[in-house]
Amino acid sequence: MAVFVDKDTKVIVQGITGSTALFHTKQMLDYGTKIVGGVTPGKGGQVVEGVPVFNTVEEAKKETGATVSVVYVPAPFAADSIMEAADADLELVICITEHIPVLDMVKVVRYLEDKNTRLVGPNCPGIITADETKIGIMPGYIHKKGHVGVVSRSGTLTYEAVHQLTEAGIGQTSAVGIGGDPVNGTNFIDVLKEFNEDDETLAVVMIGEIGGTAEEEAAEWIKENMTKPVVGFIGGQTAPPGKRMGHAGAIISGGQGTAEGKIKAMNDAGIDTADTPSVIGETLIERLKKDGLYEQCLTIK
Amino acid sequence: MNIHEYQGKQIFRSQGVNVPNGDVARTPEEAVEVAKTLDSDVYVVKAQIHAGGRGKAGGVKIAKSLDEVKEYAESLLGTTLVTAQNGPDGTVVNRLLIEEGCDIKDEYYISFVVDRATNRVVLMGSEEGGTEIEEVAAKTPEKIFTEVIDPAVGLLPFQARRLAFNINIPTELINKAAKLLLGLYDVFVEKDASIVEINPLVTTGDGQVMALDAKINFDDNALFRQKDVMEMRDFDEEDPKEIEASKYDLSYIALDGNIGCMVNGAGLAMATMDTINHFGGSPANFLDVGGGATEEKVTKAFELILSDENVEGIFVNIFGGIMLCDVIASGVVQAVKNVGLDIPLVVRLEGTNVKEGKQILKDSGLAITSASTMAEGAQKIIALVDENK
Repeated sequence: MAVFVDKDTKVIVQGITGSTALFHTKQMLDYGTKIVGGVTPGKGGQVVEGVPVFNTVEEAKKETGATVSVVYVPAPFAADSIMEAADADLELVICITEHIPVLDMVKVVRYLEDKNTRLVGPNCPGIITADETKIGIMPGYIHKKGHVGVVSRSGTLTYEAVHQLTEAGIGQTSAVGIGGDPVNGTNFIDVLKEFNEDDETLAVVMIGEIGGTAEEEAAEWIKENMTKPVVGFIGGQTAPPGKRMGHAGAIISGGQGTAEGKIKAMNDAGIDTADTPSVIGETLIERLKKDGLYEQCLTIK
Repeated sequence: MNIHEYQGKQIFRSQGVNVPNGDVARTPEEAVEVAKTLDSDVYVVKAQIHAGGRGKAGGVKIAKSLDEVKEYAESLLGTTLVTAQNGPDGTVVNRLLIEEGCDIKDEYYISFVVDRATNRVVLMGSEEGGTEIEEVAAKTPEKIFTEVIDPAVGLLPFQARRLAFNINIPTELINKAAKLLLGLYDVFVEKDASIVEINPLVTTGDGQVMALDAKINFDDNALFRQKDVMEMRDFDEEDPKEIEASKYDLSYIALDGNIGCMVNGAGLAMATMDTINHFGGSPANFLDVGGGATEEKVTKAFELILSDENVEGIFVNIFGGIMLCDVIASGVVQAVKNVGLDIPLVVRLEGTNVKEGKQILKDSGLAITSASTMAEGAQKIIALVDENK
């Protein structure tokens, strides 16, 4: 078991003929991901990396039986691609594309309201279920199978945390990047719920950053509902106020969304937080030892 | 991206949003010329800088004659205005807005923002105009009213009226206020704004509702389809290095420290700053080279860091996902060859194509200190910079 995706998940790549998408399609295929098709309007009928290309998502789904799509389409057209996937009634759309205009995303989220499709991202590294399937752009080799779930707003910080866990012998179930944009699909709580219900997952690492109140809300939810230990980290603790740190979401103004506030909310909810990103692994190990889960989580020889 | 108040008012005017008559002036003579065209005996001379808090800093003057307009224009142009928002260095005033005075009856607060909690554009209003909204939120939150806007239908007239009633705009002016709010929403959507703020919105003695101030921030991600907005960009308001960075699509923010950072991913870039601070160092910048960076872009990023004279050491921290380690390594090597390097450089590489990347650095024969973790890299660069002193 894992969350959202596993080794049997059939995936299509939207924007497959672009150079970034092609590179990562190859990486995903190498990892073992079942990439069954791609979509690039006007390039239907071609075959790239051994994968058939279709003109529309609807057609790709019909021909391949895919349930998940991953979007690499450039920002000006990415919102349209997400909505096309939702119209085709895919279960899950993972949008890697960064720099999508925020008002496009406002429309997308509204469009998805009465659809069955879950959106992860945009501006995210994707989802990986270790040693089963990798749907996104994360470096596959750092992920190893085990019992720790990872959920994060930042791509590269996810890699950082996962790498530390793997180096320490702690394997993972799934790692889910929810993305750093202010308006997005899946949030922390959606992912935490999945990890809470997943039998394989015994503990969770949650990585947030300054801006917004998603971490505070997640902390509140964890306090009320989570039956598994959670540790966390908040990026941007020393960011100057009012400056936008790359992620549009990471802007602090008027005292809302500060690192201190988030860390306090998390600690109050029983989440141990790492002081620096370099000790996320250590922080989890200490917690696992305290909760008597360390031996069980030590899955990498 | 930010623009000036006078530019915001031009946009408002074009959407039928009522604003005082006036125009921009770059010299005292122009200021008088603008004032002459206004049908008023009172003029407002407003310094045009991007930072807020201009009034309190002395950047807004009321002139009662053309001579006074000239006098105030002379005193404001070329001076450095330090407000609560633009830090100790302040901003030089190069432009003024000359406006007709108006007979203010009451002041209100209005803004539109993208709300992360509802994933919608939200209209916010308060009868406490003229004060900072954060202050109103802290002291009298019951005086802030909101309308959540459905993007499928946009701001609806009844919502605009309801907000106007809620903030106690007089009944006879409700329709004028609602029309103005609907116009502002059109501005927000058509121009891809991230914030539109009017503080204050005023009612006047002659029964008008108008935007006395205009603050618009634009979504940088949408500028590709907002050519006219792009043309309003004032480069004098921005850090030259940030301008240079934006040409290459690099996310760069200048900071006060001495350790230059080049990182991929905003989250890791912030965490790198945190880590350097944690070990007692001080970062000179935030620099996210982004996902699909090319060798040329990496080279540019590196040169940009080196162009900051405060930089005494560089820490490159890469965890490649979409970013390939070999591309980063080639870019760094190329940059060092281009511009030379006489300060310490610590590189930490991990992720996609890491072996190839490390090999490129090794083969280059350059004096590069490698680190296997972010913490180790941060500690090494801090130590090397200290040794050099």
